Amino acid sequence: MEYINLFVKSIFVDNMIFAYFLGMCSYLAVSKNVKTATGLGVAVIFVLLCTLPINYLINGFLTNNPWGVDLGFLSLIIFIAVIAAFTQIVEMVVEKFAPALYGQLGIYLPLIAVNCAILGGSLFMQQKEFAGLGEAAVYAAGSGLGWFLAIVCLAAIRERLQYSKVPAALKGTGITFITVGLMAMAFMTFMGISL
Amino acid sequence: MDAKIKETLLNPIFKGNPITVLVLGICSSLAVTVELKGALVMSLSVIIVTGLANFILSLLRNTIPMRVRIIVQLVVVAMLVILVDEILKAFAYPVEKQLSVYIGLIITNCIVMGRIEAFALGNKPFASLLDGLANGAGYGLILVIVAFFRELLGSGTLLGARIIPESFYEAGYMNNGLVILPPMALILIGCIIWVQRSLQKDLQEK
Repeated sequence: MEYINLFVKSIFVDNMIFAYFLGMCSYLAVSKNVKTATGLGVAVIFVLLCTLPINYLINGFLTNNPWGVDLGFLSLIIFIAVIAAFTQIVEMVVEKFAPALYGQLGIYLPLIAVNCAILGGSLFMQQKEFAGLGEAAVYAAGSGLGWFLAIVCLAAIRERLQYSKVPAALKGTGITFITVGLMAMAFMTFMGISL
Repeated sequence: MDAKIKETLLNPIFKGNPITVLVLGICSSLAVTVELKGALVMSLSVIIVTGLANFILSLLRNTIPMRVRIIVQLVVVAMLVILVDEILKAFAYPVEKQLSVYIGLIITNCIVMGRIEAFALGNKPFASLLDGLANGAGYGLILVIVAFFRELLGSGTLLGARIIPESFYEAGYMNNGLVILPPMALILIGCIIWVQRSLQKDLQEK
C-alpha cells in the first residue's frame, strides 16, 4: 500500500515538471510533436529507473562506509558521473542491438545526461531518505511516468496550437510557457491526495 | 576592442537573454523565485559558476581532446558547484536549506554547458570569463524580476520586509496565494517574454 501511495504521489502530486520544474529545457525543446516526445519520455523513464537505484546504493555507501567518514559531499559528482556513464552505455547498447530505435532516439539519448529530471530524481532521493531499494525504484518509476505524461500532453496541445491565432509576440516560446502554467494549475488539483 | 567587450557584456542581458530568448536554464530557475532572497543567492551562485567554468575551460580548451570534452566539462562544473554548495552551507545555512536540490542542479543547468560549448571552447580566457558572468547576470535579472512580483503579490513583503501596509489588509486587501504556487512562475515568465518580444519585434517567431 505504501508503494502504491508513493507511486501515485510521485506521478501526480510531486510531478517533476509541474511541481519542481525539472527537465524543463528538453521538455520545452522536444515537445513539438507527439512522436518524438513519446520517444524522449520513454528514454527518461528508463534512465531514471536504472540510475536512481544505483545512486541509492552508492549514497548509502558514501554516508555509511567502513572507514566511518562522511563522504556525502562527494555524492553530487558521483551521481552525475553515474548518469553520464549510464547514458553512454545505453547509447552504445541501443546503437549495437537496435539500430532502428537508435536512429529515432539518437539525438535525445545524450541529451538525457544533462536532463535535470534525472539528477533531480537522485537528489530528491537523497533528501527524502528512502527506507529501501524498493521505495527508491518505485519513486523512480513514478516520477519518470509523471515526466512522460507531462511531455506527451504538452506535445499534443502544441500540435493543436499551431492552427490557432496567437498574438505575434507570444508565438512559440511565450504561449508555451503560459500553456505549461495552465497545465500546472490543473495538476494542482491533485495536491494533498494520499491513498 | 572596447566595443567588443561591451557587446559580450550587454548582449546576454537583453537581446540574447539566456532565459527569455535562448530558453536555457529554466529547470532550476522557476522554483527558487518564491522569495527575492533565494533568487538573489541563486543568481549569484549561477553567475560565479558560469563565469569560472567558462574561464577554466577556456584555459584548458587546447589541451582537452574533443571526444572526452563533455566529461571534462562536467567534472569542472561539478567541482565549482560543490564548492559553492559547501560555502553556502557554511555561511548561509537557512538559504541553502530553502534552495534544497536546486543548487546541486546548477550542474545540469543548460546555461553553464551551453556557454562552455558555444563560447569558452573557441575564445580567450578573459573574454570567456566576461561572457560567463554576463550570461549569469542575464539569468539573474529574470530571476529577480519574477521573484520581485511573486514575493510582493504573494506575501506582501520584499526581502522579508513588509511593503504593503497593515491598513491595506484592514481595508480588505488579501495576498494572492496563487502567485506563490508553481504555475504562476511559468505564466510570469510567459508575460516577460510577451513584453520583451513586443518591444523587440525582430525576436518574434513567425
